[in-house]
Amino acid sequence: MYAFTYHRPGSARQAAGLLAKKEDAKILAGGHTLLPTMKQRLASPTALIDLGACGDLKGIVRKGRTVHVGAMSTHAEVADSAIVQEAIPGLAYLASHIGDPHVRHRGTIGGSVANNDPAADYPAACLALGATIVTNKRKIEADDFFTGLYETALEEGEIITKVVFPVVSKAGYAKFRNPASRYALVGVFVAKRGSEIRVAVTGAGEGGVFRWPEAEAALKARFAPKSLDGLHASADGINADMHADADYRAHLIGVMTKQAVAQATGK
Amino acid sequence: MATVSMTVNGKPVTGTIDPRTLLVQFLRENLRLTGTHVGCDTSQCGACVVHIDGKAAKACTVLAVSLEGAAVTTIEGLASDGALHPMQEAFREHHGLQCGFCTPGMIMSAVDIVNRRGHDLDEKTIREDLDGNICRCTGYHNIVKAVAAGAEAMGGQAMDRKEPPRQAAE
Repeated sequence: MYAFTYHRPGSARQAAGLLAKKEDAKILAGGHTLLPTMKQRLASPTALIDLGACGDLKGIVRKGRTVHVGAMSTHAEVADSAIVQEAIPGLAYLASHIGDPHVRHRGTIGGSVANNDPAADYPAACLALGATIVTNKRKIEADDFFTGLYETALEEGEIITKVVFPVVSKAGYAKFRNPASRYALVGVFVAKRGSEIRVAVTGAGEGGVFRWPEAEAALKARFAPKSLDGLHASADGINADMHADADYRAHLIGVMTKQAVAQATGK
Repeated sequence: MATVSMTVNGKPVTGTIDPRTLLVQFLRENLRLTGTHVGCDTSQCGACVVHIDGKAAKACTVLAVSLEGAAVTTIEGLASDGALHPMQEAFREHHGLQCGFCTPGMIMSAVDIVNRRGHDLDEKTIREDLDGNICRCTGYHNIVKAVAAGAEAMGGQAMDRKEPPRQAAE
């Protein structure tokens, strides 16, 4: 790890001020991607701005038909939150299956969403639930937020402050995980909000998280695993690596989608 | 250099460190608490697990400087008055180790499982929650037995005296 200067602001506003001033600074949230990346010298920021003391980035509250999750909420906090468990159980389930217990005590939703790892879990939930990513400057719809591999709509100096999830009538998540890294080989989040169905796939796409319109159309007729019978995801644009080839991942998309619908419908 | 103050095993400590010092380095090299091991150094293996404010974490993936004011418990903080912690005793009793390299992390994770899930743990829960700890010797069988027995034994006595109380969720 190369040397850096360390800063620990007490609020998101102070953090934004530091970020604007320090050239080549990076935000440190839970650190469970950034620190390993820095150890491998794949990142070498000259300054780290630690959000750990920003109390205004913590906390989970329900406001009407939405759940507001502070960016520095850990995966364990989301998984164990009575509010999330009651309002969007599929989201609590997803959070409870990220990494391992120790990772969940440190990793944060803001960090995961900002990093947009193509195999991370949260991007699938954000896209399927139609979440709004709130920053210190603006609100960004999930549809516009995830723009490519490790790329997002975030601009220089922008910090995620919270993620706002609409409370949907049904939601479920299923992932086939890589047993070593615990990232999703394929993960599928399905959500039903009124008559709108969204199916978001992580781990599989060459460009990161994406929606599967054919499955959404099939589930619109009837929101049940059976509606997906005979439907196969295309292997075009699907990742292939030492863990799984594109055809295998494409097959898993169908299997995981069925499992996610089964979970969402309690069947 | 940066200065950081925290509590380690109940004792206040202060260090002047390079900001890139990992918690595990701070514990081992500055405080000479070498019970916390470095296995993979990539947040996979769990040999470096300690408790930060009562929650298990991988000390290879936390900057020491970020723990200003935190309470850290390491494997050295479990035993008291010359008597092993019930979880340590259970690992000895059930032969939950061979080479012992993963053991400090296993025991710190096991105590964390008890803190989160109580004293009556079934095998499935233990195996799932030991997901972040890798042992290359024993095949986990005796480790799982040791965790179940240790959890039960912890129920029979006042919890882990040196463990700081859980911070309330904000």
